[in-house]
Amino acid sequence: MNPSAAALKERFGNAVSRILESCGDTIVYVAVGSAREALRWLKETREQEYDYLVDITAIEYRDPEQPIEVVYELFSLKRQTPLRVKVPLSKSAPLEVDSVVPLWNGANWLEREVFDMFGITFRGHPDLRRILMWETYAEGYPLRKDFPLRGRFSRSEQLRQALNASPEAHYSMEELSIAQTYHELPIEMRERLSRGERGKVPETRSDG
Amino acid sequence: MAEKRTIELDLATTGLDPQGRPVRVPLAPEFRRPGATAVAEEEPLLGGEHMLLNLGPQHPATHGVLRLVVELDGEVVVRVVPHVGYLHSGFEKLGEYRQYNQIIPLTDRTDYLAPMSNNVGLTMAAEKLMGIEITERCKVLRLIACEMSRIISHLVWLGTTSIDIGAFTPFLWTFWQREKVYNLQEMWTGARLTTSVTRVGGLMADIPDGFTEGLREFCRGFPATIDEVDRALTRNAIWVGRTQGVGVLSAEEAINYSLSGPMLRASGVAYDVRKDRPYLDYETYDFDVAVGSAGDVYDRYLVRLEELRQSNRILEQALDRLPDGPINVSDPRVILPSKRAAMSDMEAMIFHFKQVMEGVKAPVGEAYFPIEGPKGELGNFLVSDGSAKPVRWRIRPPAFINLAALSKMSEGHLLSDLIAINASVDIVMGEVDR
Repeated sequence: MNPSAAALKERFGNAVSRILESCGDTIVYVAVGSAREALRWLKETREQEYDYLVDITAIEYRDPEQPIEVVYELFSLKRQTPLRVKVPLSKSAPLEVDSVVPLWNGANWLEREVFDMFGITFRGHPDLRRILMWETYAEGYPLRKDFPLRGRFSRSEQLRQALNASPEAHYSMEELSIAQTYHELPIEMRERLSRGERGKVPETRSDG
Repeated sequence: MAEKRTIELDLATTGLDPQGRPVRVPLAPEFRRPGATAVAEEEPLLGGEHMLLNLGPQHPATHGVLRLVVELDGEVVVRVVPHVGYLHSGFEKLGEYRQYNQIIPLTDRTDYLAPMSNNVGLTMAAEKLMGIEITERCKVLRLIACEMSRIISHLVWLGTTSIDIGAFTPFLWTFWQREKVYNLQEMWTGARLTTSVTRVGGLMADIPDGFTEGLREFCRGFPATIDEVDRALTRNAIWVGRTQGVGVLSAEEAINYSLSGPMLRASGVAYDVRKDRPYLDYETYDFDVAVGSAGDVYDRYLVRLEELRQSNRILEQALDRLPDGPINVSDPRVILPSKRAAMSDMEAMIFHFKQVMEGVKAPVGEAYFPIEGPKGELGNFLVSDGSAKPVRWRIRPPAFINLAALSKMSEGHLLSDLIAINASVDIVMGEVDR
């Protein structure tokens, strides 16, 4: 058992709800309210020094009663010790947790991926957009257990949407604001953008 | 910017000017345009007139289907917005619907330039989850698989990067050597790309006759090719000028960006999973971890070049110690009984039936297992609820995480440097997008 778990419990008290060991890895459960502070403490405290963020991911269990867990895999390069911190998120509340991008820049894409795949919002993330799926993807969050393996829409519907997508949807509004790009777009594209259509998915056909 | 370093050059320039910027070689006077000034002078920036450039997803220099939206001020990169996901296949989702051994073919297709080390990574995680201790021969063979993968992956990197930066010849040398490893890989697994060489508790097959001799012969001849590339590039003025001081990341930044593998070590952080979290008895092999100091593209090249030499050393040691014995554990719940036993022995047939129909069940729990893949720390995270299929299979993708630092590295550099920096990350989109 990694002694950091007990130290974290001593420092954060009831916010640390569970400590357990699985396959030799120590796992600490931290309440969502104290998650970022606990991670900051683990990173910056002298005897802890978990300076390397290995991974951020999430787990949804097959049992729908169980909360979704956000998993932070930490490693101390100085002490060569791993530690796994988990933040359980109840499905009855909004899935939200504080972003750790202020602590580790490497968390940027990892949190975007968790958002993309599980729909968990990271508060304070500088650029929380979908990353692996495209921005106008409307079928939901693929790694959630209620998401069917083949996706929510039929193949024909997916194809129809892909063919109907407007070309400017491949650029974010921020990218289009670079220089005078926006003003150089063809008129119909600008009109679509001024109507706020970017990012909007074409309506599903009722007979589809 | 990196400090100026002294490097003995075959041509006339150090590659860097006193301010640490790459030197552009001046044209001879007769070729200069009338009125044009000498090189080092700052050219006026086109104030405010930025340009939007879309690079990829179909572009040879992006190594697959990476798309970069670049904001340019003249030729200087102001901002890079990478778009990934064009090769997203949902492997992690697919894994939740498959038994552990059935996931192995999916791992081939993640980092498809080093499939065997992905196979090893996944099975090691599954074995950690199930508490299986593999045999000695299997350990050594898996280590050989990992190091062969590192060699072919680094050789692809070296070849394609040299093409990106303008040197064509090393590409031919490295791909010629890679072909030799591929032949050995094909000899062992029957496939050049989709190897699926491991199984939970062992291997798909033992190495065939003639494999060790073939690998020994490769190990003998391979250092000559590394030396040849070394001679052609390391002190080549164009190579040095194009790579030194480009895409610099300090050690703190590299750690903060969670980089791993050669990217992290080039910045001077000696973190290598093989040494720091040893597996497959790596701690008993004699090899060095290559560490850079400047954290630029040049150091990443040096680190990978040295890793090729070290991998060759490890392979030689592994061949020397390769023990006889079984490749699979003798647990009939995990390893299929032989065809002969399944057909003649009742108990073996029951185990065979249960394994095929129900799969290998893992106890409730979770395991994260990192290995040092060619691109960096390749982690496999498996969560089990006691059934034969994982609740969650997560790949910690080193290329994805390394690529996230691209924007930071390339800001303020020239567009052509962006290509060199992107090449130095060593991405493979199958793994970035999964």
